[in-house]
Amino acid sequence: MNIIVLIKQVPDLVEELEIDSSGKDLDREWLKYKVNEFDDHALEEALLLKEDQGGSVIAMALDGQDVDKALYAAAAKGADRVVKVTGVGENPSNHQAAKAFANAISGMDYDLIFTGVQSVEDRDGQLPVLVAHYLGLPHVSVVSGVQVEGGKAVVHKEYGGGMMAELEVDLPAVLGIQAARETPRYVPVARVRRAMRGTELEEVSAGDVDASAGSEVARMFKPETGAGAEMLEGSAEEVADKIVGILKEKGIV
Amino acid sequence: MKVLIVAEHLNGKLEDITFEMLGKAKELGTAEVALLGHNAKDMAAQLGKADTVIYMDSPELAQFNPDTYGKALKAIVEARQPDIVLIGNTSMGMDLAAALSVDMNMPLVAYAVDVAPDKVVSSLYGGKMNVESAVSTPFIASVLAGAFPADAGRGEGSPAIEEMAAPDLGGAKVRFKQLIEPEGGDVDITQQPILVSVGRGIQNEDNLPMAEELAGKLGGAVSASRPIIDNKWLPKTRQVGKSGLKVKPKLYLALGISGAPEHIEGMKDADLIIAVNTDPKAPIFDYAHYGTTVDLFDLVPALTSKL
Repeated sequence: MNIIVLIKQVPDLVEELEIDSSGKDLDREWLKYKVNEFDDHALEEALLLKEDQGGSVIAMALDGQDVDKALYAAAAKGADRVVKVTGVGENPSNHQAAKAFANAISGMDYDLIFTGVQSVEDRDGQLPVLVAHYLGLPHVSVVSGVQVEGGKAVVHKEYGGGMMAELEVDLPAVLGIQAARETPRYVPVARVRRAMRGTELEEVSAGDVDASAGSEVARMFKPETGAGAEMLEGSAEEVADKIVGILKEKGIV
Repeated sequence: MKVLIVAEHLNGKLEDITFEMLGKAKELGTAEVALLGHNAKDMAAQLGKADTVIYMDSPELAQFNPDTYGKALKAIVEARQPDIVLIGNTSMGMDLAAALSVDMNMPLVAYAVDVAPDKVVSSLYGGKMNVESAVSTPFIASVLAGAFPADAGRGEGSPAIEEMAAPDLGGAKVRFKQLIEPEGGDVDITQQPILVSVGRGIQNEDNLPMAEELAGKLGGAVSASRPIIDNKWLPKTRQVGKSGLKVKPKLYLALGISGAPEHIEGMKDADLIIAVNTDPKAPIFDYAHYGTTVDLFDLVPALTSKL
């Protein structure tokens, strides 16, 4: 079984986000990027399936910030091939990214495409379903738990309140992964370095990306906040005392 | 302005998001609700605020299915030609909105917290930034749960019900097997008066006992945000938020939770919210009553020892 995992680099939200001089985008100059956390889960689920059932895992990402490192990390974790899709402009919309991925994938041999169910930059919709529809494939989003048997995948789709639907999907299919069944594996930097030396990073052209979000960003702004929290200042001891005071006042302790 | 809302229902019950979108649609113009299901026409009676309910019945639509619901919705949109389509930015909606966008070549703006005929505001970057998109009709907006009040979409009335024949839904590549109810047995966090809730800031599983001890002292239980559950550090039954549970305790003590919109949706109605996060810009502080940037690893032991 061959699984293609689509990986996207996104701004690390641990960093402070600032708006650039155009007023329409993040100031990306000093921004730190990381792999979309749901893509980490998508890769993990793909690797677990490969370990169970054999086959191969191909990690694929669009050219961009720190993408080589992300792909080598995927190789270090166990991806058999890593592919960079080139020729896409900077900060593509998800429609464009999906089209580029679809173009790159269309000649390949695969049973499943996994990618994170969503990312922090999905202004024009989530990637998995866009990719699926550009390729004309069935799709399920918000998936945790995938089993493959006899040319079909049985997946759990999460709803609110802890409810899940079990769905059966014909292959090939695209799955938007919410959570792998195990915590995504960690690889030490030394192994990523080794992977950099021992792995061929393949490049594929994105081809003709004739897709668009269909809308333009007019402005970016920080959300208006309500009254907000009353901040408790001081040392840990002092703040703990203040919290105990509040809890007593409210009759909680 | 003709607005089409896609009704969302599970187990025979319309979800709040349907009413949230319906209220907004009435503000924008005429509201048509697409109700897809099987023997589900009765639900139309709850959609009193709608101008029209387009009801499509088929055994293939008895349960949500990305394939059959996608085809059915496309047929409705083609027939009704709405200016704006509102779909929940939910588990079900995610399988519909992007599909419709590609199939109908319609612009899609996701994570919408405000919708107007010429612009849509999205809450992105974990709620840290809003992005306003300039749009022109027709377009699709997928709406974040909780963005609009559900009450505005509830009300008496007798909308015209128009039945529309389902397109050919045979040969679906996705098939519904069963609904799986959440596992019981563990703590029911919706019934706990006090929740000590942990997020990514707890760093690793070995730090959970610290939160358990504090919860014990307070007479409550430990709940968590999604990353903790996805990492399997706590069972799914402890998850607060969009794909987890909505809670309304007397005290919600958030430890190392940044406050993504999906999490806020599940806890914003708690009586008292105290947030502990070293990032002073964490969105959780916008919703908390009290907050502190003291490191939780210093604060929690101090607090535990004082109780």
